[in-house]
Amino acid sequence: MMARLLSGDLPRSRALTAALVAILAGLALAPFLFPGTRPLDVAAKVCVFVLLVASYDLLLGYTGIVSFAHTMFFGIGGYGVAIALSRMEVGWGSIALGAAAAVALSLVLSFLIGLFSLRVKAIFFAMITLAVASFFAILASQLSNITGGEDGITFKVPELLRPAYRLLDEPFLGTIVGGRFITYYIVFGASLALFLALLRVVNSPFGRVLLAIRENDFRAEALGYRTVIYRTIANCLGAVVATLAGVLYALWLRYTGPNTTLDFAIMIDILLMVVIGGMGTMYGAVIGAAIFVVAQNYLQEAMKAFSGLAKGMPLLPDLFHPDRWLLWLGVLFVLSVYYFPHGIVGQLRARKKQ
Amino acid sequence: MADALLTLAGVHTHIGHYHILQGVDLAVPRGELTMLLGRNGAGKTTTLRTILGLWRASAGSIRFEAEDIAQCDTPAIANLGFAYVPESMGIFASLTVRENLVLAARSGPLDEARLEWIFRFFPPMKKFWQLPAGLLSGGQKQMLSISRAIVEPRKLVLIDEPTKGLAPAIIQNLIEAFAELKKSDTTILMVEQNFHAAKSLGDSVAVMDAGRIVHAGRMADLAADAALQARLLGLSLEAHQ
Amino acid sequence: MNAASADAIPAQRFDWIPPALLLAIVLGAFAMIGTPSTWVTLTVAGLAMGLLIFIMASGLTLVFGLMDVMNFAHGLFIAIGAYVAASTVKFFSAAAGADSFLANLGAVVPAILAAALVAGLLGWFFERVIIKPVYGQHLKQILITTGGMIVAEQLIHVFWGPDLLPLARPATLRGSFLIGDIAIEKFRLIAVVVGLAVFIAMLLLLNRTKIGLLIRAGVENKEMVEAMGYRIRRLFVGVFVAGSALAGLGGALWGMYQESVTVHIGANMMVLIFIVIIIGGLGSIGGCFAGALLVGLVANYVGYLSPKIALGSNILLMVMVLLWRPQGLYPVSKQ
Repeated sequence: MMARLLSGDLPRSRALTAALVAILAGLALAPFLFPGTRPLDVAAKVCVFVLLVASYDLLLGYTGIVSFAHTMFFGIGGYGVAIALSRMEVGWGSIALGAAAAVALSLVLSFLIGLFSLRVKAIFFAMITLAVASFFAILASQLSNITGGEDGITFKVPELLRPAYRLLDEPFLGTIVGGRFITYYIVFGASLALFLALLRVVNSPFGRVLLAIRENDFRAEALGYRTVIYRTIANCLGAVVATLAGVLYALWLRYTGPNTTLDFAIMIDILLMVVIGGMGTMYGAVIGAAIFVVAQNYLQEAMKAFSGLAKGMPLLPDLFHPDRWLLWLGVLFVLSVYYFPHGIVGQLRARKKQ
Repeated sequence: MADALLTLAGVHTHIGHYHILQGVDLAVPRGELTMLLGRNGAGKTTTLRTILGLWRASAGSIRFEAEDIAQCDTPAIANLGFAYVPESMGIFASLTVRENLVLAARSGPLDEARLEWIFRFFPPMKKFWQLPAGLLSGGQKQMLSISRAIVEPRKLVLIDEPTKGLAPAIIQNLIEAFAELKKSDTTILMVEQNFHAAKSLGDSVAVMDAGRIVHAGRMADLAADAALQARLLGLSLEAHQ
Repeated sequence: MNAASADAIPAQRFDWIPPALLLAIVLGAFAMIGTPSTWVTLTVAGLAMGLLIFIMASGLTLVFGLMDVMNFAHGLFIAIGAYVAASTVKFFSAAAGADSFLANLGAVVPAILAAALVAGLLGWFFERVIIKPVYGQHLKQILITTGGMIVAEQLIHVFWGPDLLPLARPATLRGSFLIGDIAIEKFRLIAVVVGLAVFIAMLLLLNRTKIGLLIRAGVENKEMVEAMGYRIRRLFVGVFVAGSALAGLGGALWGMYQESVTVHIGANMMVLIFIVIIIGGLGSIGGCFAGALLVGLVANYVGYLSPKIALGSNILLMVMVLLWRPQGLYPVSKQ
């Protein structure tokens, strides 16, 4: 039954299975295990980014496309919900409408981008997506009437999701069952469902064709597969899931802005997560996102401690300054591309065979 | 028959998953023009490219003047005295005719006598001297490609299908030029599908099929034996006359 | 092919359409702006910005054309150049603050040279260590150079601190020349002069030297150049280093143009640079020049005429050029 749920894509490594189970348990029981606003925030962010990075893995790991426009679709989802909830009546209908509009826009954009530039070399495509994404970011900050400009949009959510709302008057197992609780489980549930759906896609015949195209597109073309069509579909699918991730994130934050969705730094983060976690594995997204988001929030304290210890020595305090955590992740990223193309997941799986 | 300038023994070449050359044994006699014939896909171009190091042989030896060059890189092989006229002509379209030749004359400045020779056989070279080579017609590009190969003395010239896609008048022009070139004691290995050109120019002949040499001998003997021609070359004979 | 066409020499050798387009834009802008003084100021600004972008972009397009390597970390050489220049100018602050042009040169010239030198050295290290292992693997190149950029930006923070660094223009290079009621910023004029000098030097190198010949031929068909006996791979490092040094030079000048330096100065430029080299045609120096001028001029004209769409105007420009000439303004014929 587990195999059916995971679409036949088993972890294939005890260590990996252990890690995945731990992460899943941690996320599923987060409100109970980690009381407090911050840990729940981190958990929700992990859920969203697992989904976002998994959708990017579909593009990079399975289809072999490097796109710098992924954050644009993430942002479209967030803005769709934000604009709908801030302009229309606050209700589930508005959320649905905003999300649907966002998904439609993402579909159209990803389709156009795909058709236009997937015919050309990968490098060209990467540059075009960079230009398009930056254009969109400019638009978002310029059209401040609609998008709230640099400040973004803060909006109200339906009553069920509001922090003040209480489903149960008494705390359950130590946790308040209220708006945050409900929102969290919506985010968690939707992320899990969509992740499993992605697993289904990459393990289907469609997914196998994608892998064939990634390996050798000439041969795939010769075998009769119109590679442009497959790549475009993958591009659109990835964009739609990223949009949905954006919707979830906006609902959690009750806010959407350029810095939470469109910032190029986020694109870099996604790249880091997918490569370090493991390209072309889907599970790499889970591992990568979990490690990254947790590190982003908690590693800095560890580094600050180390930096304090190293005070007085020439470069060390600066190299280990908490703000420099990205440096080490960047180094890990570069090493991963050279030596561990399948990232942590690949390493864990390889170890099993030894 | 002269001694062999270039000898291939048991040469295999893999391109990706494809096993193109499956044990090529070939001897190219010094000072002669050896024709390499065979159907499309037999591996003729791959043989030339393997000799030059553009594809790496996965097995076998390639001896040039007693030195094994199978593992050398292309510039090193070229500098041993090779010239190459590829099937795609390989001319630099944004460079002028003059610049193409200057580049080809790697030992020093252009030799006047050689240039005169080239201009005599290929007048368009003089006409288009300062113009970008991309403006030349197909036949003129081929003339340029050949001119580049002979602008300096070379020990071995590899030529891949020089007459392909050209009008009969131009082909005749090329045949005359090659005939003249033969007089200068240059060794030539030429791939050709045009049997008429092959007959008039070849001294030795080797026929390839499915990655192997299936016949080697004198061109005169092959030209005289119609049955042998039909057996070895089959349809390609009619297609390219 | 008949005898007549064999003899005919085609008349057209140089494609005049892109320069004509540039001229049309310059004149059209005049029509729309109206006031001569504003138009001159904007045109000079556009040319200056365009030429600075050209300096920074030329290395990237040549590296791509010759080596088939797309260096997404190119912006890092720009940033390093800017930072090194800032530190050098600070070091020579006495000379920079002095009121004589020659004294100022005593600060500016070392700054520019140091920027180019450090960027070039870094480029050498980058090519040998980071890029060489992934020749021909485009996907890995994009990932690795992006990763290299992340690491390098962080290292810049380590060495220079996270704050914005001011980069004041030397005393005599501030302000503008006044001709009638037309104001031309002095530094912009310097940028134009340096930019043109770099362009002319490149043209001379490419068209009058054997190395230039090899580079131009190699961009078209590396394999054939090797089959002619040249070890063109040895040129790769040289071209990469030269491209990085130019980026550093451009970064130094751009930092002085902006009068401040941040870590993202390179990354911010990259989008514009990509647009320029795509418009120009990957691998084409002439195209890069035309594209850079186009982008610089359009950015300045539109910035004045219609500020709202200014930031996005370059991307729109790219789309329009690609619809007209999908391979760029002056595409390189590749075998």
